[in-house]
Amino acid sequence: MEEKHAQSVEEKPAQWEPRIVAFLCNWCSYAGADLAGTSRLQYPPNTRTIRVPCAGRVNPLFIIRALMHGADGVLVSGCHPGDCHYLEGNYLARRRFALLKSLLEYLGIEEGRVQFAWVSASEGGKFAQVVTEVTESVRKLGPAQRLVRAREQEVAS
Amino acid sequence: MAEATGSTLLNEQPAASAGPHSKVGAVLVAGGGVSGIQASLDLAAMGFKVYLVEESPSIGGRMAQLDKTFPTNDCSMCILSPKLIDCARNPNIEIITRARVDEVRGQAGNFTAVLLKKPRFVNAEKCTGCGICQEKCPWKADSEFDCGLGKRKAIYTPFSQAVPNVPVIDPERCAYFLKGTCRACEKFCERGAIDFSQTEEKVEVQVGAIILAPGYEPFDAAKKPEYGYGRYRNVLTGLQFERILSAAGPTGGEVVRPSDGRPARKIAWIQCVGSRDAAHGRNYCSAVCCMYAAKHVTMAREHDEGVQATVFHNDVRSYGKGFEQYYRQVSHMPGVRYIRSIVSTIKELPGTQGLLIRYWGEDNKAHEEEFDLVVLSVGMEPGPGSLELAEKLGVEVDANGFCRTSPSSPVSTSRPGIFVAGVFAGPADIPQSVTMASGAASLAAQLLADARGGLTTTKEYPPEKDVSGERPRIGVFICRCGTNIGRVVDVPSLADYARTLPNVVHAEENLFTCSIDTSRRIIEAIEQQGINRVVVAACTPRTHEPLFRDTIRQAGLNPTLFEMANIREQCSWVHMHEQEVATRKAAELVSMAVARARLGRQALHFSLPVNRSALVLGGGMAGMTAALSLAEQGFPVHIAEKSDQLGGIANRLRYSLDGEDVSAQVKALVARVESHPLITVHRNAEVREARGHVGNFSTVIAGRGDGQERNIEHGVIIVASGANEGQPSGYPYGADERVLTLLELEDEIASGGAHLARARNVVFIQCAGSRSDDRPYCSRTCCRQTVKLALRLKELNPEIDVHVFYRDMMTYGLSEESYRLARERGVRFHRYRPEAPPQASVDAGSQALLVTGEDCDLGRVAEVKADILALAAPTIPNEDNARLSSMLKVPLDSDGFFLEAHMKLRPVDFPRDGVFLCGLAHGPKSLDEALAQAQAAASRAASVLAQEALEALGTVAEVQRRKCTGCGLCQAVCPFDAITIDEEAKVAVVNGVVCKGCGACAAACWPGAIDILGMSNEQVLAAITAL
Repeated sequence: MEEKHAQSVEEKPAQWEPRIVAFLCNWCSYAGADLAGTSRLQYPPNTRTIRVPCAGRVNPLFIIRALMHGADGVLVSGCHPGDCHYLEGNYLARRRFALLKSLLEYLGIEEGRVQFAWVSASEGGKFAQVVTEVTESVRKLGPAQRLVRAREQEVAS
Repeated sequence: MAEATGSTLLNEQPAASAGPHSKVGAVLVAGGGVSGIQASLDLAAMGFKVYLVEESPSIGGRMAQLDKTFPTNDCSMCILSPKLIDCARNPNIEIITRARVDEVRGQAGNFTAVLLKKPRFVNAEKCTGCGICQEKCPWKADSEFDCGLGKRKAIYTPFSQAVPNVPVIDPERCAYFLKGTCRACEKFCERGAIDFSQTEEKVEVQVGAIILAPGYEPFDAAKKPEYGYGRYRNVLTGLQFERILSAAGPTGGEVVRPSDGRPARKIAWIQCVGSRDAAHGRNYCSAVCCMYAAKHVTMAREHDEGVQATVFHNDVRSYGKGFEQYYRQVSHMPGVRYIRSIVSTIKELPGTQGLLIRYWGEDNKAHEEEFDLVVLSVGMEPGPGSLELAEKLGVEVDANGFCRTSPSSPVSTSRPGIFVAGVFAGPADIPQSVTMASGAASLAAQLLADARGGLTTTKEYPPEKDVSGERPRIGVFICRCGTNIGRVVDVPSLADYARTLPNVVHAEENLFTCSIDTSRRIIEAIEQQGINRVVVAACTPRTHEPLFRDTIRQAGLNPTLFEMANIREQCSWVHMHEQEVATRKAAELVSMAVARARLGRQALHFSLPVNRSALVLGGGMAGMTAALSLAEQGFPVHIAEKSDQLGGIANRLRYSLDGEDVSAQVKALVARVESHPLITVHRNAEVREARGHVGNFSTVIAGRGDGQERNIEHGVIIVASGANEGQPSGYPYGADERVLTLLELEDEIASGGAHLARARNVVFIQCAGSRSDDRPYCSRTCCRQTVKLALRLKELNPEIDVHVFYRDMMTYGLSEESYRLARERGVRFHRYRPEAPPQASVDAGSQALLVTGEDCDLGRVAEVKADILALAAPTIPNEDNARLSSMLKVPLDSDGFFLEAHMKLRPVDFPRDGVFLCGLAHGPKSLDEALAQAQAAASRAASVLAQEALEALGTVAEVQRRKCTGCGLCQAVCPFDAITIDEEAKVAVVNGVVCKGCGACAAACWPGAIDILGMSNEQVLAAITAL
């Protein structure tokens, strides 16, 4: 976060709070998140959303990079099976993440840090619930330091 | 800004000189509320010039005054204001405010309309909307926009998002006009825009058709003195309470009492004030009050969780899409009571100014209770202006003053070439008004098809600057959204923070970034400060990104050089009680957007040719109406009907509530469709495969019998696949032939069936499968249909006994009259509670069919021997919906009906471009509503088909030839076959027209050779790093 923050924005919470990057597909999950907003559902403020056209857009590199740059968890949420605006992008994403999971395991990233969900445009409540659950499970796991340290070591060497 | 300034300009039109019998490609829309706005936007998109005439100083109408809208709790102004701006920016819509139609000469196709335009006393050309005049004006008046709860100046703009954003002087309040002195506004106006010499003008316009959308007036609650409105300050109307709730309203969104500014903790709503009220000559239901009261309760409790809400109501009419679930949710909130009762009097208590309500309770006892604030759910009625307009134009109105229409032609008036939309056609909510508006636009377009494009011009943008070699200079605009964002997120420090981010050269906060004056500021900032990337932190990009992209395009920037941070739906609204944390989150979202913007690159514009024909799925009344409307506009249409017969479920209807012969209507429509040279009907046809995109779809349909496949190329799809009558549950339906559904009884009555001849007692049971836990929606049509059948039975045999067991009679709008008539004619209505539905059993000995149910209003049990038991079976979605939904990539709602793009303002669109929706496929509705919706879908579809080519932005995949190995992985994952491999050069080649920019390829390509412009790997990684 460097020194770039202006004063009132800069004050960090004394206690550690999980930071979660959420990749939401534009057509379903992002719309579901908007619906949670218009319904005024309250959920933990720990996610930082990146809107993508489709869950299939999420390059595994994005997830690794997020963990390297201090994210404690990653949520990828797309359309329900069969609902993909781009026909089969969500299936593609699912297959890709099945593979990524074993890689993450190999790297020593605990299960539960990277999660995949289906949330549709009409599921504002489910979105709030997913965010709450992911935040809690990442909170239990504690800060994700493994890839951050790896990056720092690399930078140092 | 297209504000008309003089009459000469409007008279000089090519069509006017082409003779009185040629059609004019222009339409006058009278009324600038949401209906008039929608009609104007549709007409302009279909290639017609529009004169949008509004009597008040700004367009926006009643919807602009609302705080939120049911059942989605969307911020009303937030969803309306982009439409206001669209109107203002559209070169083919000329907004003429402070004007009314005084005279219309000529006939359908070629009218001359004379407008009387009141002076604004401000020169619209010179005014910048800076607001100094309003600040300096020393004279105050009650604000009409705030319903008298707040003040405005003698020179004022009614609300901050007003269009046009030019103030007006009220000569009845202005000291200069009253006493000849002051002129403070003139002194302070740097532009010399004040012009006291303006006078009323007569303006003539030449148009081919006219759409009336003059809206409504709320019922004058002072006419019911027992409620004390006008005498007790803490008794408000529903519209006044909207202003109280509004963050931009007189109390800044605090729910407080007008008398002392103290928080109102105990609030009562009284329903049906000026509706369903024969004593005041209002025999109709106003159709929206039940839901707006439920919304008020939700919002009041959102502002203050401690609010105790009590709603005194009659039937709760939760008949619309999503209404029942909304009502259920509200009525179960803690601290919320729904009491079925009519309030007799309200008395103000001396001292506290509390309000003592006296009512007759459900326990059959008189009660008294004190409240802090009372909201009267006032109904709607046509205003005096509407009646005058109808008279001047020679358009018939009904006994209540609403415009006379017919069920088979719900948006046509009695005068050819003049159409109607919105509440003037009868009480209606926003989606229904918007639907009627699109429907009316479609009929006007049909009438004037030959003249399409004759008077329109295309929107010009300045040439685009090439910024590719420039260092990024980013401008950040942060929206407070009234208090929607500003109340939670610390916007000033967010702006300070944004200024510290690399490459940010400008950051500012706005009350509403989407308002016209802010748009102007953005353009100015781009020009003056050499900004070449723009970030807006506001609401969701799903609704507002197109608007802002258009703004920067007007300043010569490529639309892809824009990014948004969603700090409302995904921040301030979901972290309402954590201001600090929400501010920090907002800061990070801004930082991420800035990081993406920094790497933004400009995309190419290209155009896609449009296949100017349509495919309509479903040959019922809605499908046929939509098809015919398009064909009449000159577009070829294919209808794919899954059965062997056109007409759909309407084949089972015989007559309408108003007595129209539905069978004849169906027959006539089938004949017109079958004989139309541009319509091809495919019977027994099933959709097998659907490919393509807006403008160029390719759909395979197959014969159900022979399986023969056929490929249809078309530019748009209209889903009109209908719905079914479900099986009633819980009664001996199917086991006893005396038990029928409503449709079966209708058939029995029409065919003079044997059962009927013998019947002495006919019993109806409502909600036999609707409004239940399994099916939490109202089937909307059953109560009207029951009343229709009950009246018919009484007509055929006045001696017959008709009993109706019901929960809430959903005879909304003008159909309330028929319900009253049914009661008058002796039909007996017994209200039961949902937890105690009536029971039907067959007596083992006599074989009599006995129906036993409670009558809550009489406080006893009713037992009736039924010769016929008619069950209001639910309307259920088609089984095929799930398959169609996944094939067409359009969503379903939780009840299984198709889900439109936006419940309020895009009721017949899907999120997917080029696909539209109408009829029962969208949800239960009556035939006239389905027809209006079909015409609306045709209008929306025609706005695509009216264009020869669609302009698109090349936010698609691009290949870096240097990095590509031609491995073919991208080709394998592309769902659109947009990628081919050049085997010789060993590189992937993207077809930019077919590519949708989904990014599957970019995620699959390990060397990173293929990427999406506007959503590149680099941009996403930068956003992650910016965290």
